[in-house]
Amino acid sequence: MSAVDAELEPNTGGPRSAAKAARRGRRVALGDPIFKGLAVGSGIFLAATMFGLAAVLVYNSWPAITTLGTKMLTTVAWSPGTNEYGALAALAGTFMSTLVAMVIAVPLALVIALLLVELVHPAVSRVVGTAIEMLASIPSIVFGMVGIFVIVPFVQDYFVPWLYSTPLGNLPGIRPGMQFQGGGVSIFTAGVVLAFMVLPFITAVSRDVMKMVPQVTKEAGYGMGSTTWEVMRKISLRYANSGIVGAVFIGLGRALGETMAVAFLIGSVFTDIPKSLFDPGTSIASLIALQFNEATDKITVSALIELGLILFLITVLFQIAAQAWLRRVQRATGGRA
Amino acid sequence: MSTVTQSPLPSPLRHRSIAGRKAADLIVKILSWIGALAGIAVMALVLYEVVIRGLKAWNVAFFTQPVPLDPMSTGGGMANAIVGTLVITAGAALIAIPIGFMAGVYLAEYGRNGRVATGVRMVANVVMGVPSIIVGVFAFAILVKPLHHYSGFAGSVALAFLMLPVMARTTEDILNLVPNELRESGLAMGAPRWRVTLKVVCKAARGGLITGATLAIVRVAGETAPLLFTALSSPYWITGLFGPGGYFGGPVANLTKTIFDMSGSPFPHMQSLAWGGALFIIVFVLGLNILVRLLFQRGKEW
Repeated sequence: MSAVDAELEPNTGGPRSAAKAARRGRRVALGDPIFKGLAVGSGIFLAATMFGLAAVLVYNSWPAITTLGTKMLTTVAWSPGTNEYGALAALAGTFMSTLVAMVIAVPLALVIALLLVELVHPAVSRVVGTAIEMLASIPSIVFGMVGIFVIVPFVQDYFVPWLYSTPLGNLPGIRPGMQFQGGGVSIFTAGVVLAFMVLPFITAVSRDVMKMVPQVTKEAGYGMGSTTWEVMRKISLRYANSGIVGAVFIGLGRALGETMAVAFLIGSVFTDIPKSLFDPGTSIASLIALQFNEATDKITVSALIELGLILFLITVLFQIAAQAWLRRVQRATGGRA
Repeated sequence: MSTVTQSPLPSPLRHRSIAGRKAADLIVKILSWIGALAGIAVMALVLYEVVIRGLKAWNVAFFTQPVPLDPMSTGGGMANAIVGTLVITAGAALIAIPIGFMAGVYLAEYGRNGRVATGVRMVANVVMGVPSIIVGVFAFAILVKPLHHYSGFAGSVALAFLMLPVMARTTEDILNLVPNELRESGLAMGAPRWRVTLKVVCKAARGGLITGATLAIVRVAGETAPLLFTALSSPYWITGLFGPGGYFGGPVANLTKTIFDMSGSPFPHMQSLAWGGALFIIVFVLGLNILVRLLFQRGKEW
């Protein structure tokens, strides 16, 4: 406090204070560049971490890339014991579980965002919004445990028998495939739990972009006698639609890379592309999580790191796309996302 | 239907009955509420299951005894894993908070809308979406593989990697809320820029900064995937900094990896300990989350 006071004390002139100012001047001349240097350095370091990560992944997966070549992306089965390093089963499981998650989470997130922005009193909106946001802070492993001990038995004992008693149960993609184990541990269950894990992210971003729609534009709609839903559909959603695409991509990126909960719920079938939503399978992230510590030889470790590299590239692409779409709304509304 | 418009007009002008429009409005409102309640119900279900099952495992031994060596025993606790998680998370915070804070200062005070800062901001946003398992693989590749041993420090580095962009972006957002007049008046008094930043801008924003740092810690405290191949797990207490049982020297017990191993166990007591651990993490993460929101709500509004 006193240091600040001394620093902020007005310069009253005179030789003594001039000398003091000169001394202070020297300290200032040192302090500012050092502080700025630290700040700039930290900023550059932050950006460098991502390129460092990419470089380390490429370097460590190089042995696998050179010896296995395209086998990684053209063969199905993952079985290091028999020298099979295919990622297709894992890629298929990743995309199928993500698809299930998005089919559930996107509409849910959109209606919740509409509720938060347009329908309820701001105080209610804040409470409901916080509750949804809290879902994001529940650790993945806890979702996995609740999934395996609560959701899996429910799906296996009630949902799947019920579904198979209806005509829907005969549809391709739903009727049991070769690996069927009762349907509890399956792509479907993993997708459902994933949906609630990415829900808060999609909701939060959609809510923020919907909030950026200018109030006057909405009021113009109400002034014309529109109902709330008409204002939402014809004004808010149109205005915010590129931002909502961004929100969906953010959710997609999260779902694709989510590890622990999926590792618990998707099963451990590394050798086959699931033929049904109710078959078990694997995902890239859970394959890495479950196999990494078992890998003993160099080529298996390297192949697993290559899987990581593939997942990294996919998620980074989705993130960049998300940022680009979000920037479009920002420009359109002049706001910050 | 209406008699006015026989030919279909573009949708905004097509006449529809008031009752139909109001019904559509009501349906959407009901669906929105159902959606929100579904989200809240899932939240409640998770909390209920964890609290009910976790509380059964909470006793004196849980907080004082280490993880049992024998999976069939009915004793033991999680104390060493709790300590290990606190140490690993604190290590991550020590690395990420200063660097993330300074990076945030750079974005808000120096870089602003320049080309470099825009690039850094973009990269930070992208890094926030990188799956945590990949960060675990990265830390394995730079710290475990070359040194030929797992370590708590490698776990901290992985967690720090995840914290860094969160810390930087929240710091930036909070500093941006501080009115420019404050900076100008500080500079006009003859104070150097770094003093104005630290003693005026950051002082004004300190509630928000503390919230941001706490949320960054909370964000990683419950992570499992980054620790799988870095800190690994251990049934023993952490013995210090160096040596095979130490922070830098070997595997360090931590809650999340221990929970992961135990919940896959067929033995009920192990599963029970895992639920106890899950409850501890939830209380820690949600508790801190709610606490800082209540204490420093001001920082968000300004």
